Amino acid sequence: MINSSLKQLGEMLQAKKISSVELTQTFLDRIQQYNPNINAYIALDEGKTLAQAKAADARIAAGNVAPLTGIPIAQKDIFCAKGWQTTCGSKMLANFIAPYDAHIITQFDAAGAVNLGKTNMDEFAMGSSNETSYFGGVKNPWSFDRVPGGSSGGSAAAVAARLCAAATGTDTGGSIRQPASLCGFTGLKPTYGAVSRFGMIAFASSLDQAGPMAKSAEDCALMMNVMAGFDERDSTSLNREKEDYTRDLYNSNQAKPLQGLKVGLPKEYFSEGLDANVGNVIEAAIAEYKNLGAEIVDISLPNTGLSIPVYYVLAPAEASSNLSRYDGVRYGHRAAEYTDLMDMYNKSRAEGFGAEVKRRILIGTYVLSAGYYDAYYLKAQQIRRLIAQDFVEAFKKCDVIMGPAAPSTAFKAGEKVDDPVAMYLQDIYTISTNLAGLPGMSIPAGFAQSDDGVSLPVGLQIIGNYFDEARMLNVAHQYQQVTDWHTRMPAGLE
Amino acid sequence: MALSIEDIKKVAHLARIEVSESDAVATLTKLTGILSLIEQMQAVDTTGIEPMSHSQDLSQRLRDDIVTKTNLRDEFQKNAPLLGNGSTEQAVAGGLYLVPKVIE
Repeated sequence: MINSSLKQLGEMLQAKKISSVELTQTFLDRIQQYNPNINAYIALDEGKTLAQAKAADARIAAGNVAPLTGIPIAQKDIFCAKGWQTTCGSKMLANFIAPYDAHIITQFDAAGAVNLGKTNMDEFAMGSSNETSYFGGVKNPWSFDRVPGGSSGGSAAAVAARLCAAATGTDTGGSIRQPASLCGFTGLKPTYGAVSRFGMIAFASSLDQAGPMAKSAEDCALMMNVMAGFDERDSTSLNREKEDYTRDLYNSNQAKPLQGLKVGLPKEYFSEGLDANVGNVIEAAIAEYKNLGAEIVDISLPNTGLSIPVYYVLAPAEASSNLSRYDGVRYGHRAAEYTDLMDMYNKSRAEGFGAEVKRRILIGTYVLSAGYYDAYYLKAQQIRRLIAQDFVEAFKKCDVIMGPAAPSTAFKAGEKVDDPVAMYLQDIYTISTNLAGLPGMSIPAGFAQSDDGVSLPVGLQIIGNYFDEARMLNVAHQYQQVTDWHTRMPAGLE
Repeated sequence: MALSIEDIKKVAHLARIEVSESDAVATLTKLTGILSLIEQMQAVDTTGIEPMSHSQDLSQRLRDDIVTKTNLRDEFQKNAPLLGNGSTEQAVAGGLYLVPKVIE
């Protein structure tokens, strides 16, 4: 049951072979057994969770069923869910009980899905290893001394260890795709604006985008059908017609289902910095795509290397503004001792934020301060356009772009935590799609040996043009029809 | 551009984050590393390139000028922090939030 697809679970629930309460309890039991070690969840509330499961069973009995009715989903702790502790991985919000629901929570509730709990994450989604969380690191289910990636590390570990049927994440610079690669599952960052940011705690508003994290492309498509759609409460939500993201999945039975698909390989994604063993896995996956009928096209994204410097100006600049709301006045941490208002601000923020968040606020404040704005912020916005234009040129030659999602397999906990710049390079292949606003996904493509001989998952990244998620999901789905990497689960967690 | 301890203190003040002397020294090292990464941008000629603030070039939507939000003040105030300085009361009174006196 824990390895079943969302479609299979939906069918079992509708046929009343299992109840939502039984299914939910199965995952709650697994969480109780494994979570104390893995630390994928920050907040659990069995009472609330099981009440939703009971309501789902009643709904199924009444014949009022949607595809995810009764299915337990883990929610990244960046999403406000009414009555739930919502911390964003920070001491600042350790006691915050969300007074309203994020748009996607409303959507999952309307679909009859069950909220299994709130998952661990890097503090305010700033990190690539989940090590900046106030609530402690998360273990990679494939190798417990390694990180799951970040910032959606708790959702990643929960999906990989089968501590949920599927999960949500957010991706500002790679926070869905890099953990999907490091933990061996399927994750999609949609086109910017496809999923409402209402009730999603802001990091860098022009880059933040929520998306599904699940075992397969089909599961992600079903999740997208719930998550995506116009919401007037998010001023950047795109007013487009509701689409069915599964529409391309079931209509190709021929031997070469991807005949004619043009796959672009950017040379910059296969150059220095890419682990050789990871590169071999990606090349094998590309070969499989040729078997499926795809045509390979060499392309170039010449400004890829600039994406990290640009991101580390723009994201901290936006974060320094967004995080100014945490002042200890209306909610969040207030210092226990202070003299005057200024002292209260200074101490509350110094105590409530962790080291990486403070670093980014300071960088953001610096690049926006008088005298530096043109040299840093404006310059970064100009190069952002160059990066976006690289993709416009590339998509004249191909339908999708493929490459690695991360430059290496999962690294050891503690290895990069004191070297922010080394940590930032984890996102070299993912950040440029956020800057351009394009959709990107990572799918399991095999395993590579680490330096110390451990076999670890590798993710193939698929980048699509704007609003091309349905095609990307089918491109992933066809690969998953002829490979079984996405069905593998870590040993010892059966 | 080399950062100094004074720069760190100035930026920390602007950001309203207290930093001790030892924090400032450690922060200087880390921020210097990050800024040298950012400096790579300066090699690019961006003359005449329109800055891109957003991936979708959309204008703001307009809506009717009617009240759309429900009043959740009481709900919101449940999340008010403790007053501090020895008090275990929440920093609210009469529907307002309490802060240290700012006007003499």
